Amino acid sequence: MHTKSLSELAADLKSGAYSSVELTQYFLDRINRYNTALNAFITVTDESALSRAKAADEQIAAGSAGALTGIPLAYKDIFCTDGVRTSAGSKMLDNFIAPYNATVVEKLNQAGMPMLGKTNMDEFAMGSSNENSYYGVVKNPWDLARIPGGSSGGSAATVAARLSPVATGTDTGGSIRQPAAMTGITGIKPTYGRVSRFGMIAYASSLDQGGVFGTSAEDCALVLTAMSGFDEKDSTSAEHAVPDFSASLKDSLAGLKIGLPKEYFEEGLDAQVEKSIQEAIEAYRKMGAEIIEISLPNTPLAIPAYYVVAPAECSSNLSRLDGVRYGYRCENAKDLTDHYMRSRGEAFGVEVKRRIMVGTYALSAGYYDAYYLKAQQIRRLISEDFQKAFETVDVIMGPVAPNTAFKIGEKSDDPVGMYLSDIYTISVNLAGLPAMSLPVASVNNLPVGLQIIGNYFDEAKMLNIAHQYQQVSDHHQQIPTAFDVTRGGE
Amino acid sequence: MEWETVIGLEIHAQLMTQSKIFSGSSIAYGAEPNTQANVVDLALPGVLPVLNVEAVRMAVKFGLGINAPVSQRSVFARKNYFYPDLPQGYQISQFDLPIVEKGHIDILLDDGGVKCIGITRAHLEQDAGKSLHEDFAGMTGIDLNRAGTPLLEIVSEPDMSNAKEAVAYMKKIHALVQYLEICDGNLQEGSFRCDANVSVRPKGQKELGTRAELKNINSFRFVERAINIEVQRQIDIIEEGGTVVQETRLFDPDKDETRSMRSKEEANDYRYFPDPDLLPVRISDDFIEAIRATLPELPEAKKQRFITRYGLSDYDAEVLTSHRALSDYYDQVARESNQAKLAANWVMGNLSGALNKANLEIKASPISAKQLADMIKRIADNTISGKIAKDVFEAIWQGEGDADGIIEKKGLKQITDTGAIEGMIDEIIANNPQQVEMFRSGKEKILGFFVGQVMKASRGKANPAQVNQLLREKLKG
Repeated sequence: MHTKSLSELAADLKSGAYSSVELTQYFLDRINRYNTALNAFITVTDESALSRAKAADEQIAAGSAGALTGIPLAYKDIFCTDGVRTSAGSKMLDNFIAPYNATVVEKLNQAGMPMLGKTNMDEFAMGSSNENSYYGVVKNPWDLARIPGGSSGGSAATVAARLSPVATGTDTGGSIRQPAAMTGITGIKPTYGRVSRFGMIAYASSLDQGGVFGTSAEDCALVLTAMSGFDEKDSTSAEHAVPDFSASLKDSLAGLKIGLPKEYFEEGLDAQVEKSIQEAIEAYRKMGAEIIEISLPNTPLAIPAYYVVAPAECSSNLSRLDGVRYGYRCENAKDLTDHYMRSRGEAFGVEVKRRIMVGTYALSAGYYDAYYLKAQQIRRLISEDFQKAFETVDVIMGPVAPNTAFKIGEKSDDPVGMYLSDIYTISVNLAGLPAMSLPVASVNNLPVGLQIIGNYFDEAKMLNIAHQYQQVSDHHQQIPTAFDVTRGGE
Repeated sequence: MEWETVIGLEIHAQLMTQSKIFSGSSIAYGAEPNTQANVVDLALPGVLPVLNVEAVRMAVKFGLGINAPVSQRSVFARKNYFYPDLPQGYQISQFDLPIVEKGHIDILLDDGGVKCIGITRAHLEQDAGKSLHEDFAGMTGIDLNRAGTPLLEIVSEPDMSNAKEAVAYMKKIHALVQYLEICDGNLQEGSFRCDANVSVRPKGQKELGTRAELKNINSFRFVERAINIEVQRQIDIIEEGGTVVQETRLFDPDKDETRSMRSKEEANDYRYFPDPDLLPVRISDDFIEAIRATLPELPEAKKQRFITRYGLSDYDAEVLTSHRALSDYYDQVARESNQAKLAANWVMGNLSGALNKANLEIKASPISAKQLADMIKRIADNTISGKIAKDVFEAIWQGEGDADGIIEKKGLKQITDTGAIEGMIDEIIANNPQQVEMFRSGKEKILGFFVGQVMKASRGKANPAQVNQLLREKLKG
C-alpha cells in the first residue's frame, strides 16, 4: 500500500480492496516500526486516526466519498490540531494542547483524511537541517547519519520513508522545498495567500506559507486542491479562485518557455548537483520546452534581506510565548521580569534566541530604516526581478540547494554557512511566488531536487510540468531500501 | 517671570462596536472575567487578527466630524512590549499612517472668544486587558475581556494654553463622539480616557519647554486640577533653578499631586513595524460618502442653528449643544412650544437643576420634552404664570400627569377676568385704608404690599401684569 499513489489508494478504498481503517493501521504500523530510527514524529495519534478512518469508511460505504476520503496523512507540528499537542518543535509549547483546528486541518478533515500524527520540525520552523528541534534531530531515510533538511524535516522524512502517503509542511525560506530535495520527494509551496495561515504557528508572517509533501506531483495536486482557498480568518489569504490542480497535469509542454537564472548556476553550486539539474532540464527540452537564460540580478541580496525580515517578524510573533497564559513557565519567578527572562530563556533553543535577538535589534529605534526598511526595499527589487523574467518565460528552473544532504552536526557551529545554503529558495518567499521541488537524480545515493518557480497563482502549470517529468522518469518512485519491505528492507 | 503653559491632549475613545476590533468577541462592559476572550484575544499560537469594518466606519465618521481628510491608505503597526495583560506581546495600533490626519475643532473661551484647536491625528488601536492586583493573595489576576476592544486615539496639537481650555476641548470631543454615536462617553467605565502633555515656558519664548505626560485624569474635574497642579510644579522647579525632566506622571486625586511613573530613559523602545498579519486599510471615496450621508447634525452646525433660528445667545447655544441628548431635548421643547427663549430658560434652569439634584441624565428625565413644551405653551398663553409654572413643573416631575391636567385638577388656571380681579382689589383697598393713604401720599413702594395681598387672595392665580395695572388705576382713585 505504501507504493501506491493517492488515486490508486482512493480507487482501492472505493472498490473495497481494503478499508480506510486497514490502510490507516498499515501506516500506523509502519510508523511504529520505523519512527524510532527516523525520529520523524513528535506525536502519533493512533486512536483518533482510526476513529476518523472508521468514519471515512462509513462515508465510502454511503457513496459520498471524495478523492481523498479515507487516505491518512501527517501534519507538521506547526498546524494547530484541536485536542492534540501542537509543539512547533519547542520546549515552550511541549505542554500546549491546541483548543482549535488550523484552517488547513479543518479543510483536510472535511476531505475525510485521518491524521496519523504530528511531525518533527526545527523549533518554530527556524532551521534548514531539523537539528534545532527540542525533540531531537530527524534522520534522513537515505542515510541516517545525514539531515533530512528543514524546517519541515519530519514531514519530508515521513513521506520519503513512506510512513504516510502525504504530509503537510510550511515554507518560510525553503522549508518545504529543501527537505523535499534532501529526501527525494515532491513538495510544493504555493503562492503566498493561497493556503490559509490561520492556525499555522507563525514564524515570519509575511513569508510563511503552508504546502504539501507527496511522492509525486499528482499526489501533491490532489491535496493542494483540498488545502487551498480564501479564508476569512486570514486577512492575507488570497481571494483567488482555486482550480482543480489535477485537471491540467496531462497538458503538453510543447512550447513551454523555461528560464534558467544564471545567478543560480554560479559559484557555490556542487558540480554533481549542477550536472543533475542540467540533465533534468535536458529532459524538458526533449519534451518540447524552450530553454532561455535569464538573470535575477538581486539574488545575492536575498539572504541578507531575509535574515532581517524573518527575524524581525519572529521577534514580535514569538512575544506571545511569555509563559503567562499557556506554554512553558519557569518555577519560582522572583518578579515579572524574572518570569519573562527565565520562562523564555529556559524554553527557547539557541537558534530561536539568535533570531529573536537579531530581529529585536533590526527593529530598534535608530536601526529600523537601515535594516527593516532597507530589507523591504530589497524585497520589492527581488519581486521586480521575477516579474521581469516572467515577461519572457513561463517558469523558472534551478537547483533547490547547492548540495545534497549533509551530515548531522556538520554545520551546527556555522549558522551563517547554514543560512547561505538557502540561497536558491529564499527569493521566492520574499517575492511570495509559488515554487516546488521534485527529485531528478541521485548523487552517491542521495537525492537531488529540481526547483520549479512559477508566477503568482500558477501552481497548476508547475504541477503539470513536474508531473510530465515524472511520467518519463522514476526518481520519485525510489524508496530508501531500509524502509521498503517489498524490497527486503526491515 | 511670567509663564506660559502649553497643553496637548491624547484622548482614548472606546468605539461602540458590537465586537472587538480584531475578533468576534463581545465588548460589553461588566461581564465575568475572561468570559469575553476567544482564541484570538488570548493570542494563542497560530491565531490571526481580522479587522472589524465597523471600527473603520466609526473612525471615518470621526474624521468627517473634525473636518479632517480621511486617509485613503492607513496601516496597522505593532507596538511591541511585554506585559501580562497584553496577550500578543504587542499592541496593534497605527503609527506612520493613521486613518485620520489633521483636523480641528473650535472651543468657546471664557471671554466669549473662539479658539481653534488642531487635531494632529486619530488612529485605531486595540485596548489591553486588565491586571487586577487585589484579591489574589499576592498574585495578579488578568482579565482579558477588555483586550482587543477598539479604541480611537485622538491626539491634539499643543494648542491649549490653560487647564480651562483643555477641559473645554475635552468636553467638545466628548460631545462630538456622542453626537456621532461612536462612543458612549462613559468616563467612569473608562470608555473615554484622557492623558495630557503639559509644559511651561517663559512668556514670549518660542521653543517648547520639557513636557510631562499626565496619566489617570479620567474626569473633567481631574483634568483641570491635575494640569494646574502640574503647571505650578514645573514653574516651581524652574524658579528654584532646577530643570523639568521628560517623564510620565500619575495624577493622584486623593493627595492632589502628580508623581513620577517613569522617566524618558525608562521608556520602552516599542519597535513599531507594519503588522504583517493585516493588509493596509484602503478606503474608497464611495465608502466615505456613504458614511457622510448618515452623519447627524454636528454640534457646531446645531449651535449655529440654535443661534439663528431660535435667537439664542452664543453661550446658551453652546451649553445646549454640549450633549447630544440635551440638544435633542431642547430642540424638541423649542419646536413644540414655539417659545425658544422660554424653552432655553426652563431647560437650562429648572430642568437642569432638578436633574442635577436627582443625579439623573437628561435621557432619564421624568419630564419628557413634550410635557415641558406643553407647560411652556401654557405660560405663553397666560394660562399660568411663571411662578405657578414652578408648581406645575414639580407636579409633572412627581408623575402627576401633564400640564393641562394638573392645571385643571389643581385649579391653577390664571385669573385674567378683569372683573374678578377688580372685585378682589376693591375689597383689599376697603380693608386697608392706612396703606391706601400711604400710597396716595407718594410712598409708591407700598404697591408691593397690595400686589401680595391680591395674589394671596387669588392663591397666586391672578395675572400679575393685570393686577399691577388695575391696582395703580384704583389706588390713584
